[in-house]
Amino acid sequence: MFKQGLYPIVKKTASAKGIFDITVLCPEIAELAEPGQFAQLLAEGFFLRRPISICGIDKAAGTIRMVFEVRGSGTEKLAELNVGENIDIIAPLGHGFTKIDGKAVCVGGGIGTPPILGIASLYGRDATVVSGFRNAAAVILQEDFKAAGCETVLCTDDGSAGIHGFVTTALEQHLLSNKTDIIYACGPTPMLKAIAAMAKKFGVRCEVSLEQRMACGVGACLGCACRTLQSDTKAPVEVYKHVCKDGPVFDAREVIFDG
Amino acid sequence: MADLRVTLAGVEFKNPVIPASGTYGYGREYEALYPLSKLGGISVKGTTLHERTGNLPPRIAETPMGMLNSVGLQNGGSDKFIRYELPNLLTKDTRIVANIAGSTVEECAELAAKLDPTGVDMIELNISCPNVKQGGAAFGTDCTVAAAVTKAVRQATKKPLMVKLSPNVTSITDIAKSVEAAGADALSLINTLLGMRIDIRTRRPVLHNNVGGLSGPAVFPVAVRMVWQVTNAVSIPVCGMGGISSAEDAIEMMMAGAQAVQVGAAIFRDPYAPVKIIDGMDEWCDRNGVKSISEIVGTVKPW
Repeated sequence: MFKQGLYPIVKKTASAKGIFDITVLCPEIAELAEPGQFAQLLAEGFFLRRPISICGIDKAAGTIRMVFEVRGSGTEKLAELNVGENIDIIAPLGHGFTKIDGKAVCVGGGIGTPPILGIASLYGRDATVVSGFRNAAAVILQEDFKAAGCETVLCTDDGSAGIHGFVTTALEQHLLSNKTDIIYACGPTPMLKAIAAMAKKFGVRCEVSLEQRMACGVGACLGCACRTLQSDTKAPVEVYKHVCKDGPVFDAREVIFDG
Repeated sequence: MADLRVTLAGVEFKNPVIPASGTYGYGREYEALYPLSKLGGISVKGTTLHERTGNLPPRIAETPMGMLNSVGLQNGGSDKFIRYELPNLLTKDTRIVANIAGSTVEECAELAAKLDPTGVDMIELNISCPNVKQGGAAFGTDCTVAAAVTKAVRQATKKPLMVKLSPNVTSITDIAKSVEAAGADALSLINTLLGMRIDIRTRRPVLHNNVGGLSGPAVFPVAVRMVWQVTNAVSIPVCGMGGISSAEDAIEMMMAGAQAVQVGAAIFRDPYAPVKIIDGMDEWCDRNGVKSISEIVGTVKPW
C-alpha cells in the first residue's frame, strides 16, 4: 500500500557538506511507513523520480524524514526545495527491515547510514550502531542514534573522527566480544559484501538494504533488478528480484553481490 | 461528458487510454491507487512461452525527458500468466490486451494458440523488443520476416490481432503494409527507439546490455510522425504510443490518426497519468464541442 501526492516540507537542515535533511508532513504516508522503506521523489525538470530512503517516521506528528546526498543535478534540484514548499512523493515503497527480539548491530556506510536510523531506534539500547564516513566533515546522525539510546561506534577513513578505519573492522571486533542476534547494513556494495560474509562466518542473521537504478518504484516495470539466489529449491538457482518491491531490504544470504 | 468509446479491430474500449505493455505489470501495483475499470484497457506485461529471467542490471538509465530500459522481457512465461494473472485481470471490467513475444515464428504461433481459448480481448504481437537477442526487433525490421510471423500467428488464433512495430527501421510504412497484408487486424506503434548512454567516469555503458530502448516525452514527436505516416499507408486501425504524458499529447496522437493510445513511461513519473489523461480528454472534448472522441481521429490538416 502506497500513496502519491504533494506534501509540504516542514523542516530542512544541511547536516553535512552536500547532505540535506528534510521532514515532510504526509500523515497518510507516515501512517503506513516502516523502517527500511523508501520514497520516490520528483525533482522538477527530471523525468524519473529519485528513490530516497525513509530515515525517520513520526506517526503522531504525521511526518517522515529523509536524509539524502546531492549526487547529481536531480538531487541538487531536490535540495533547492525549502520549508513551506511542496514535494511530490510516492511512498512508502518496498519491503523494510525485520524487527526481531534480541541484540542488533546496525551498520551504515556514508549515505547508507540514514536508512538504518529507523530500525536502530526500534531497538534503542539493544542496538549498536557502527557507521563510517570519509572524514569528520561527512559525519551525520550520531546524535540521533544516541538520542534513541543506541551505542554508537564511529569510524572515518582518514581518522579525523572516531576510529581510523572501516566499519567492517569495527563490526568484527564487536561481534567477537558481544552476543548479536541480527545485523542490519546499508552502504556501498563492497561493504555489504564483506558484512554478508562476516555474518555468515559468525552465524548471525543479516539484512542488507540495496540500491539500483529504478523507474516505477512500485514493482511494475522490473527495471531495478538485483541478482539473488533462490535456495528454497534443492539446487539453488539464480533469480532476478527487484529492489523496489522485493527489497530494498534483503536477507544477506540470498544476495549475489558480484556483477 | 463526451463519448470516449473507441473501437479497435472490432473491440470496443470504454475510452482510448491503455497502459502500455511492460510499464504496468498486470495492474496489481496500481490498483492500490484507483480501480482498473477506469482504463480503456491494459496491455499486460509481455509474455513469452517459457519463463525469462531478463537482462543483467543496471536496466534503467535516465535521459533528457525520457529513459532507456533493457529489462529484456522478464516474465514468468505463458502458463503462469494464464493460470495466475489472467483470471484476476478478467474480473477488472477493462479490456485485456495480451502482449506476446517469441524467439521463433513457431513460438509466436504457439503462444497465440495458447491464448486463443482464454478470455483475452486482443493479442498484441510484439515484433519490436530491442532488448532480446532472438525474435524481438529481429522480426520487426524486415518486411518478409514481419509478414511471416504475423501470418503464422494469424493462423493460430481467431482473436483480434494487433502487431506492435519497431521504429528502428528505414521505412515503417513498408513494414506496416507487409504486416497488414499478412492478416493483422491492427497495428500498435511505436516501440522504443534504440539508444545508449555511457558513464564517462567509468567509460562503461550505463546499461549492462550496453544498449536499450528509449521512451518518454523525448520520443513523442517521432511517434506522432510515424503514426501519421502509417495511418496514411494502411487501412487497418492504429493504436498510437510513444511518449504520451498528457491529455493534449493523446489528442495530438489521435489527430495524427491513432484510434486509441497507449501510455507507458509517463506512468513511472505519475502513476495516475492514465486516469488524468482520460479525464483531461473528456474535459477537452466538452470545451471544444466534440461529442465523441472518435471524431478527432486523423483530423490533422497537413500543409
